[in-house]
Order: sequence, then C-alpha cells, then structure tokens
Amino acid sequence: MKGVNLEIDGRQVKAKEGMTILEAARGVGIDIPTLCYHEKLAPYGACRLCTVEISRNKRTRLVTACVYPVEDGLVVKTESPQVIKTRKMLLELMLASAPAKAIEDLALRYGVEKPRFEAEKTMCVLCGLCVRYCAEIKKANAIGFVGRGIERKVVFFPEIASTVCMSCKECFGLCPTGKLPSETDGVCFDDLTVEDFLSTRAL
Amino acid sequence: MARLKSFADLERTKKRILSQRDPSKPCVTICSGTGCHAYGCEKVSQAFVDEVERNGLQGKVDVRRTGCHGFCERGPLVVIFPEEICYLRVKPEDVPEIVSKTLVEKKLVERLLYVDPVTGDRIVHEGEIPFYKHQSRIVFGNNRLIDPKSIEDYISLGGYSALAKALSEMSPEDVLETVKRANLRGRGGGGFPAGTKWETTRNAPGEVKYVIVNADEGDPGAYMDRSLLEGNPHSVLEGLIIGAYAIGSHEGYVYVRQEYPLAVENLSLAMNQAREYGLLGANILGSGFDFDVKVHRGAGAFVSGESSALMTALEGRVGEPRPKYVHTAVSGIRERPSSLNNVETWANVPMIINRGADWFSAIGTEGSKGTKIFSLVGKVNNTGLVEVPMGMTLREIINNIGGGIRQGKKFKAVQTGGPSGGCIPESLLDLPVDFDELTRVGSMMGSGGMIVMDEDTCMVDVARYFLNFLADESCGKCVPCREGIRQMLNILNRICEGKGEPGDIELLEELSEVVRDASLCALGGTAPNPVLSTIRYFRDEYKAHIEQKRCPAGVCKELIAYYIQPERCQACLICLRECPVGAITGSKNLVHVIDQDKCTKCGTCFEVCPPRFGAVVKLSGEPVPAAPPPGTEVVRRKGRGKGAQK
Repeated sequence: MKGVNLEIDGRQVKAKEGMTILEAARGVGIDIPTLCYHEKLAPYGACRLCTVEISRNKRTRLVTACVYPVEDGLVVKTESPQVIKTRKMLLELMLASAPAKAIEDLALRYGVEKPRFEAEKTMCVLCGLCVRYCAEIKKANAIGFVGRGIERKVVFFPEIASTVCMSCKECFGLCPTGKLPSETDGVCFDDLTVEDFLSTRAL
Repeated sequence: MARLKSFADLERTKKRILSQRDPSKPCVTICSGTGCHAYGCEKVSQAFVDEVERNGLQGKVDVRRTGCHGFCERGPLVVIFPEEICYLRVKPEDVPEIVSKTLVEKKLVERLLYVDPVTGDRIVHEGEIPFYKHQSRIVFGNNRLIDPKSIEDYISLGGYSALAKALSEMSPEDVLETVKRANLRGRGGGGFPAGTKWETTRNAPGEVKYVIVNADEGDPGAYMDRSLLEGNPHSVLEGLIIGAYAIGSHEGYVYVRQEYPLAVENLSLAMNQAREYGLLGANILGSGFDFDVKVHRGAGAFVSGESSALMTALEGRVGEPRPKYVHTAVSGIRERPSSLNNVETWANVPMIINRGADWFSAIGTEGSKGTKIFSLVGKVNNTGLVEVPMGMTLREIINNIGGGIRQGKKFKAVQTGGPSGGCIPESLLDLPVDFDELTRVGSMMGSGGMIVMDEDTCMVDVARYFLNFLADESCGKCVPCREGIRQMLNILNRICEGKGEPGDIELLEELSEVVRDASLCALGGTAPNPVLSTIRYFRDEYKAHIEQKRCPAGVCKELIAYYIQPERCQACLICLRECPVGAITGSKNLVHVIDQDKCTKCGTCFEVCPPRFGAVVKLSGEPVPAAPPPGTEVVRRKGRGKGAQK
C-alpha cells in the first residue's frame, strides 16, 4: 500500500493510504479524544469530539479525524484554539444531558466544570456504540435508534432482545456513560416494551 | 402510439400534432395545480365540460386541465385561449355565464377579471396582470399551456427536441461543456455548478453511474419543485435524460416525497408515455443510448434532501447523512458515482441545450445565471410561485410582483432559503437576488422559499419557529446539530417567555459557531442561520425581550397583555361575547374589563373591537393600568358610528 506523508501537530507522520487522521495520529502516540469511535466498527462521526483543524492549499477547516482520510501534504492541528473551543462546547452540550464520569473527566480536561445548559438527564449521548456493535459485530440488531432530531433515542427491540440479550450483554462494556448496565442489568428482557425501556430514566 | 425510432420520427410527430390543432380554436384552460385543486378546480373543469356539451359546442371548444400557473392565491384560475382572457377565483356557478358570454357571445365577464388595486382598472389578459408582467417564466411558463398528463401537448411545444438535438448532434462532452459554459448552478440549495458535478461523476471510476432528481422539497411554504413536477413532468424527465447522456449513466431515480401524490401520479404517467414513445428505455430515438428511471417515494424527512442522506434512503435504509468526506458525485448510491440535482435544475437543461449556453448566461448576474422560481408567500398581496431573472432586487419582487405588503402595513423582513436561510431587513431590500448576494448577507438562496414579514412579526419568534422545525427535522445523529439546536431552541423559548438573561445573545452566537463548524452535514451547518441573521439585523428586538421583557411586535404571549381603554369603550358587548374564555366583564352601558388572570391572550377582543372605537390595545413592556371601578359607565362619544376614528 502506498505511503502518505502528512504533518500532525508539527510532526512529520508517515501513514498508509486509506488510513484516517485518527489512526495516523494514534499510531504515533498523539491522543485525539473520541466517544463514538471503536476500532472494530465503521467510523460514525457522531460525537464530533475528534474534530481537528486541517489546512490544504491555504484553506483551513474543521473535520472529524475518525473519518477524514490522510492525504499527502495535509497539515493537521489536533489542539488549535478553534478545535479546543469546539470540543469544549461539545462536551458542555453533552454534559447537560449525560453527567457521567467519563464525560465529566473529558469536560474537565477542557475546562468545563458546570454546563451552562439544562437538559433532561437521559445519560445517553447517542454515540451509537451499542447499536452499531449489535448490528455490525453481533449481527443481532436487538438495539436501535428510534425518533428523529431532539427526540432521537436508543431502545431495545423487545422481540429480538428477549431472545439474544440475556446471553450476550457485550454492549454493556461499550457504553461510555454506563447507562446500559445500570439500567438493564437484572432486567427480564422478556417483559420489555419499547416505551419503558432506556427512554429517559436517569441513573 | 408507435415507438419513435429516429429523430425524424419525433419531428414528424410534432408536425402531425400541430396539424391537428387549430390555434384559433377556443380553448378553456383550467389550472389544476395543487393550490387550485384545494380551491375545487376539478368541479370547475367538470362544469366546463358539461356546459360546453349543453351548448352544443363539443368539437368547437377545447377544455384543458393544465399545470400550476403560480397565482395560487386567486385560484381556481381559468384562461381562455386564443385571447388569453384570464378569470380568477372561478366557481362552478360562474361557468354557464363564462360559456354563454365569453365563448358564445365573445364578451367579457367583468367581475371575474383582475382588478388593479391602485388604478381600479380591470385587466383582461393574463400576461398583463402585474403579478405575471414582471416575471420571466422560461422554466415555469409552459405549465399553463400544457396538460401535464399529455405527452402530445409537451411535444407540440417542442418537447424532447433538446434530447433529440443532444443525441443527434452533440457528443456527451459537448453537452457537458454547454452546461458548464451556461454556468447552471444547482437550484436545490447549495448552488453548486451542475456541469462540474456532472463532470466529476462522468470522470469517477466505475461503469455504473446514476443520475437522480431530488424532489424531496421540504422547506415550509415552498412548493416550486412540486408544481414543476406536477405541471410539466416531461421537462424534468427530458433534462434528466440529457444529463444521463452527458454523464454516461443508464439508470436514474426520482426521489419524490410521498406527500406529493399528484406529482407522483403525473410523473409516473409521463414516464410510461415516454417509454411508449421510445424516449425512455433502450435505444432512445434510435440513437443507441439506453436510459431508464425509477420513482422512489420518500417518507418525507427534511434531512433526506441532503445528498448523502437521500442516497442512503434510496438504498432502503434510514435517510441519515453519511459522515464521509467523499462527494456523492464520486461515491453515492451503493458507493457508485451519482449526480443529484433538484427538479428545477434538471428542468433548465433542455432550454440550455436548445437555445445554447450564451443565451442562458445572458440572463442573470455575473455569478448566477438564468432565472429562479420563488415561492413568494407571507404578508404580500399577491402570493404564489414567481420566476424572475437572477439579480432582480428583493424590492422589485415584493412590490411589483407581490403587490406590496397587505393592508398597508410596514415591511419588516423577508426570509429566504427555508429553515436554513436567514431574515433580510428593509435596509437590504435593494439587494439583487442571486446565490452569492444572499449568502453574503447571512441568508441563502436555498430552494427558493421567500416569506415576507410585516411589522406585526416578532423576529425572535421567527427564529424560534425555524429552530423548532429543525429540532424535529434534524436526524439527531451528531451532537452539535442535535444538542446545539436543542439548546438554541431552549434559549429562544426562554427569551420569548420573558425569562431571557443578559448574556443569552452572546451564548446563542457562541453556540451557533460550533453548530455551524462542527456538524456532520449541511443541515446542522446552516441551522444557526435563522438565529444569527435575526441577531445580526434585529439585535434590538432581542434586547427588548431580554432587558425590558417587551415584545416590540406584540407577538410573544408571555410578554403582552390586552387592555380595554375605559374612555374609548362604548360597551358594545362584542368583545365580551366573543371572548372564548369569558375573561371580559361588563354590560350594556358599563365599561368592559378584561380579567388579566383569566385572559389567554388569544387576541380575539383586539380583532373584534370595531375600528371606530379602537378601545382594545395590546401592551408590552409596561404595566397594565388598574381596571376602572366596577359599574363605571361608558362615556358616549359624539358622532358615534359616523366615520372611523383613529
């Protein structure tokens, strides 16, 4: 495979064609925060936390590192002032509805202690790790999204969940807020309905 | 109908159709667009058919149901050819008189003509009505001449001649070059040059390529694509086939909203006719070029108009945008190169091929060529669909075509570009309307929505309205769009409820920047526009809400109160009877009083109080004066009932 030369935070980085910025950066030990990324799953680009600044031909813009493919001559800044401002706001937004340890720690790292926003404490950031893991790896589709816009949420589909979830629970460990295990462990999947499950209950 | 096997066959068919038609034969056309349908045009059409028969005029008079004319507000519209006599708001009861007077006696039915609001003159011919006179209807104009269900009507006007020209005289590269040179920019929102997009798809690796019509029109109040697809489906189809030829595509899709049943019906019919005629399918017009198209009915999600979301939906999955940084022109449906253009863009193509790039690029401005169809709605006198050359000013569109603001009120803003667009204030009314100018002032062309607002509109409330729309219509996948819109909407709700705090405007601006820069797709990228543009041009109005708890336009319910001025009240009992919650007390001769605790601020009392009394006022940002003591008698005014007082 062809090699690609790019610059990340002032360092010359050699990457392979087809890699993403995130993979190239982590390969040389540069940390870019992520929430919805999982190396076994297709890039999803939903949390936008891995936003970085790229420059090409004097044009600068923000892109998500988990999706953007490396290119020769690309200049990447993973912690530019605009990147930091963006991440800070994203964490502040997430913190309003999901004040979980992992989110709080990340928020603190970017200087957010208390969000200026209020939202229902759903404890879910809709990163979709559970949904995608269930679909892509387990091929079970027992859990999925319903609703659109600000009404979007994750639900178990009872008819499938009741047959496969009890013996699996592999998604529990993926959940960045811990909502899945805390609300689901011990639940009898046979009794589930879409309405009462994983809707809006707080931890 | 036998298949057309050659370009000469098409020409012969056109001649045959024309030879069977007598241009001097009277023809009654009835607009059958969605607007006129809602007004009952179907009954009017049937009444004409019956009445013509009753008068023994069958064969001597044609009756034709046409596509949308655009002056929807005055429907059902009837135009009688060859004179082009235009009757407005025609009811089935009017039909016998029209037939006996106009068709038999050749006289006018004066009361159904357009009356100029300024001069009071009656205008006979459709083209002379100011609403039409100032337009350039090169794309939309044939709607009124043809029955959208008849391919013969379309062919008689030169339909499919551009396709024949492209296939017979031009190479795919020639077609591409012509569209590029014409600088046709996408009419769906972004204004991306169509020719460049086509070229990308053409050059992208892969044998199979797709062309797609985006008919997922979703902006509130906009219906230009709907009316084109309903009223002249063949023009869109012809443009698509020409594009497919240029790109080297043999398969196409029309992604149309399920909520547009007439568009689906007319389009499907048009496709079947085109196949029968050999204009669609294998070996089109004997040229050796194969192309066919399928209709995909979308479930009506606004976000599905975004190119990658639309293609995901076409694949049978949930219509959500893809996170990839690769254009759908290179990797679209099933990761194959796919060129997506909206309805109006495709409908422009046959004209460009027939009349040439120079003709097209002579219309419009430096950066935006041709015309644009707008859905002119809101507080203007003449609402409907209007097509104007790029570069016409907002003032010309609103005043000359729209006939100015209703009821002599003052103009406040015009919102262009749908929910992702912005509000443009009076100071910018002389702005020439094109892609770049609208973007420069913080709005956008979008697909062509144009909502005119008057002085009674609250701009904070407008921003809230659009954010509310986007909160439902965002797919909800990425954090900045979903959570950002949620929080912007929360702040706007607070401001409108009188709970705004210092710093809210700045917080909105800060949020807007992140939502714009970090969102996954263009929906989030443009979602802050309604907020940013209203803050930019109407910051004082935000401040009044936050600092003085006052809604200057008197719209935000939590910030207003209705009050009956005791000295003006004439105890007529009207408001008292009309109040839906019984909040008004008083009786004959006794001053009426609104119980502020019971009042729901519906505004009924304000509307029904006779203008000559003008006793009910709307207050905002000031305390409601104490009510007069119970039993206060009215002060009768001299000359009561004679002449209005301010």
